[in-house]
Amino acid sequence: MLRQLEGSAAVAETVALCRPEVVCAYPISPQTHIVEGLADLVAEGRLQPCEYMMVESEFAAMSVCIGASAAGARAYTATASQGLLYMTEALYNASGLGLPIVMTVANRAIGAPINIWNDHSDAMSQRDSGWIQLYAETNQEAVDLHAQAFKIAERLSLPVMVCMDGFVLTHAYERIDLPSAAAVDAFLPPFEPRQVLDPADPMTIGAMVGPEAFAEVRYLAHAKQMQALDVIPEVAGEFERAFGRPSGGLVRGYRLDDAETVVVALGSVLGTIEDAIDAMREEGVRIGALAIKSFRPFPLEEVRGALAGARRVVVLEKAMAVGIGGIVSTDIRMALSGRQVNGYTVIAGLGGRPITGASLRRLFAEAVEDRLEPLSFLDMDWDRVRAELARMAEGGRSGPHAENILREVGVVAGRSH
Amino acid sequence: MAALEPGAAGPEQRIRFYQVGSHVVGNRLLHPEQRTVQARMDRSNTLTCGHRACRGCGEALGARYVLDAAMRAAEGKVIAANATGCLEVFSTPFPESSWQLPWIHSLFANAPAVASGVAAALRAKGREDVRVVGQGGDGGTVDIGFGCLSGMFERNDDVLFVCYDNEAYMNTGVQRSGATPPAARTANTKPVGASSGNPFGQGKDMPRIAMAHRIPYVATATIADPHDLERKVEAAMAMRGARYLHVFVTCPLGWGSEPRDTIKVARLAKETGLFPVFEAVDGEVVGVSRIRRRTPVEDYLRIQRRFAHLFGDPPRTDLIERIQQIADRNIAEFALLDGEGEPW
Amino acid sequence: MEARVAAPSLAVMDGARKRFEVRVHGRGGQGVVTAAELLSVAAFDEGHHAQAFPSFGSERMGAPVVAFCRFSEWPIRTREPVAEPDALIVQDPTLLHQVDLFGGLDRDGYVLLNSSRDIEELGLAEFAAGFRAERWLTVPAGEIARRHLGKPLPNAALLGGFAALSGQLKLESVLAAIGERFHGAAGEGNATAARECFQLVARQMLRSVSRA
Repeated sequence: MLRQLEGSAAVAETVALCRPEVVCAYPISPQTHIVEGLADLVAEGRLQPCEYMMVESEFAAMSVCIGASAAGARAYTATASQGLLYMTEALYNASGLGLPIVMTVANRAIGAPINIWNDHSDAMSQRDSGWIQLYAETNQEAVDLHAQAFKIAERLSLPVMVCMDGFVLTHAYERIDLPSAAAVDAFLPPFEPRQVLDPADPMTIGAMVGPEAFAEVRYLAHAKQMQALDVIPEVAGEFERAFGRPSGGLVRGYRLDDAETVVVALGSVLGTIEDAIDAMREEGVRIGALAIKSFRPFPLEEVRGALAGARRVVVLEKAMAVGIGGIVSTDIRMALSGRQVNGYTVIAGLGGRPITGASLRRLFAEAVEDRLEPLSFLDMDWDRVRAELARMAEGGRSGPHAENILREVGVVAGRSH
Repeated sequence: MAALEPGAAGPEQRIRFYQVGSHVVGNRLLHPEQRTVQARMDRSNTLTCGHRACRGCGEALGARYVLDAAMRAAEGKVIAANATGCLEVFSTPFPESSWQLPWIHSLFANAPAVASGVAAALRAKGREDVRVVGQGGDGGTVDIGFGCLSGMFERNDDVLFVCYDNEAYMNTGVQRSGATPPAARTANTKPVGASSGNPFGQGKDMPRIAMAHRIPYVATATIADPHDLERKVEAAMAMRGARYLHVFVTCPLGWGSEPRDTIKVARLAKETGLFPVFEAVDGEVVGVSRIRRRTPVEDYLRIQRRFAHLFGDPPRTDLIERIQQIADRNIAEFALLDGEGEPW
Repeated sequence: MEARVAAPSLAVMDGARKRFEVRVHGRGGQGVVTAAELLSVAAFDEGHHAQAFPSFGSERMGAPVVAFCRFSEWPIRTREPVAEPDALIVQDPTLLHQVDLFGGLDRDGYVLLNSSRDIEELGLAEFAAGFRAERWLTVPAGEIARRHLGKPLPNAALLGGFAALSGQLKLESVLAAIGERFHGAAGEGNATAARECFQLVARQMLRSVSRA
């Protein structure tokens, strides 16, 4: 049914329709509306049977999910940023144990400095945790991906995180077609665990594994993610047949057919990118975009195929590998190994800095003329950076970076952005 | 025999026996219904043989008693969540496992939370006939697991959490934990230079912290009194909600005691007053296990090499006296001597 | 409320994808975000694609807050803040000299300010002359809200004024959106306030037309 509502609310309703039996809630901006929505649904009796656990930390949230999932219950939680980091140990544990937990990550920057706004640092920091990572471009897709996520997770016995841009998607009101309970039930069968803690058939889960067997056990995690490269499109196809609209999958191309320049990105920024691409196409520029939907597993073949005709690739990233540059770029480069392509990494939108259509059009104009550095930062205030570096170079007690720069920015937000 | 109300005395039974060198009344002299679960042929052997625990390991003994009693109380339907530590490591050397119940090991710090998750799943599935036990050592309970444990208590999740307290991080090589007693030698509190072992702090009274959460049941026990230990497990299993059992378990390797002295050391911990044995319901003490023959702490300290530096030349009588004061304070606070105990 | 499904042609070029973009300014606690959301719901009820989102994050009473709403016949893909608004709604006139309220405003843009003073009294006449001054209006939405709602929360009331001023949305749609969000006395109070603002603005516009 078509409704105009907040992304978080839509996700909460859809997750509820997926019939989780245990939901763990620990609040962190900007995921709060999701867990609050689920609390209401449980309290109103619209989501049952479901145990809604208000835990004392994100580490506890993931741990409770681990116990619940191991006992055969469909388990769900949501977090962002610092919370995702706090549960890092448990993330690796969940994927290592092969538990099909689903989690929403409302993508947010990681401190220090503390910042509650959107970028991809959080999920990117956990790209090796063994979790499948799916990125939603719109709130419609966020809704759709949650239903798909449970199915993918349970088919593979691997946990899945659905990434949606914090505030940009979670707090945006837009038109969403919410699936019906019957449709979700038809799409998503009850959870049948591969392993379960059951007194009728006792088993030991979580044994210590030494050098003689660890490599093989660990490889299985990789093997399952390789299987996911097939399962993800399979489930996306099942979803499209059931609900009549495409969503999810591994990658999505936009105006790629004769594109000489391709912009690669993840998440909601693709909407703004597509508007900019359309504007440039009107001026005759052969430019297109590639959306990465599944970041883990990384679809090397699909990316290579999609970028087959490109002469230059601009990877726009909302996170940064400090000390080297891009994160997604590295994976893209691997997909293109052996190919002669001009590659550009652009770090943009860190800490919620808006990515504007105007900035993108300027950026793309430079890109198509190969006037970009291999690594560049969109809309960076280089004067402030230089000033702070100069302060540091003076030696002595130059003070904390964040406070120094904020002083230059001004305490009150003097501009509407 | 119905589970005793916490704090209640059992039925009286007169027994004639002739035995020397021990205070223990053998099981065969008791009415069958009063014998321990361990004495029964149909015990679950939940932690069965073949595990890799050290000679004389108090934790293996404690876990065996606790889980078999829990399984009996729950008609064999128990799921266990175990923290990282000695118990987890010696019981599951891949590809073997000593556990004969559904058992999960997740991380060091999250056994209480994992147990809460299992309990939540069972509740969602309408399977509350299946009971949940969480367990870990002192490190995983009192230190790194503290946050999750407190959260479990606060929510009153239906879990019995058992801490096997051997007073240090044994699995990693005997490092000091929040439960390590004053003056004890550990790998990072060696009595060298000006140090006399673990500093005299205020301790971390986990049982009383548990009581402060006002959970339905808190009890302490030792492996020296298996009847008492089992009875407390039964009492806990007869209740719902968050329950906590703190079991004193000797570690011969870490403490430098003889494996044959494992039970004796645990008994002395109680008889000196250093380890008060009691139970509490809803945050209030309802019963204590009184000291039968009051013993000076020196008798306890002497047989453990982790306290050997107190008996050097010259002996640290000042520190021994401070430890004695800790025991005296416990005796006073818990009334461990009132009534039957003999003065010394 | 069900809305009819729009089925845009995918071949439509960017220039034809007309959008109406609104920026709402106010302070934390005045329901700025709610205003943008209600606008989007009203637009949705009329069959448009609509998007509303805030520019701030953490909750803090009294701090300047901005929210955005876009609506269009066509699906909206962009996620950037509204840099070139077609309309401004200013819930708190004390922001006038503290925040750059008018940045990017279209020359033909609409401005609706919550104030009992008129544009000239607010000292904006000269500035407004650089735009279409007849599209710059004030309305005492806070006072109207206080009368009908008991609290000077001007957000819903201003939406009624916006409907009249811009003609982009029907008053009925605004009232339906208000009714979905607010129930009981709050719903009635907000609806009445919105209606009154609508009429006030409509009257002002008639007068300015007759003066022209």
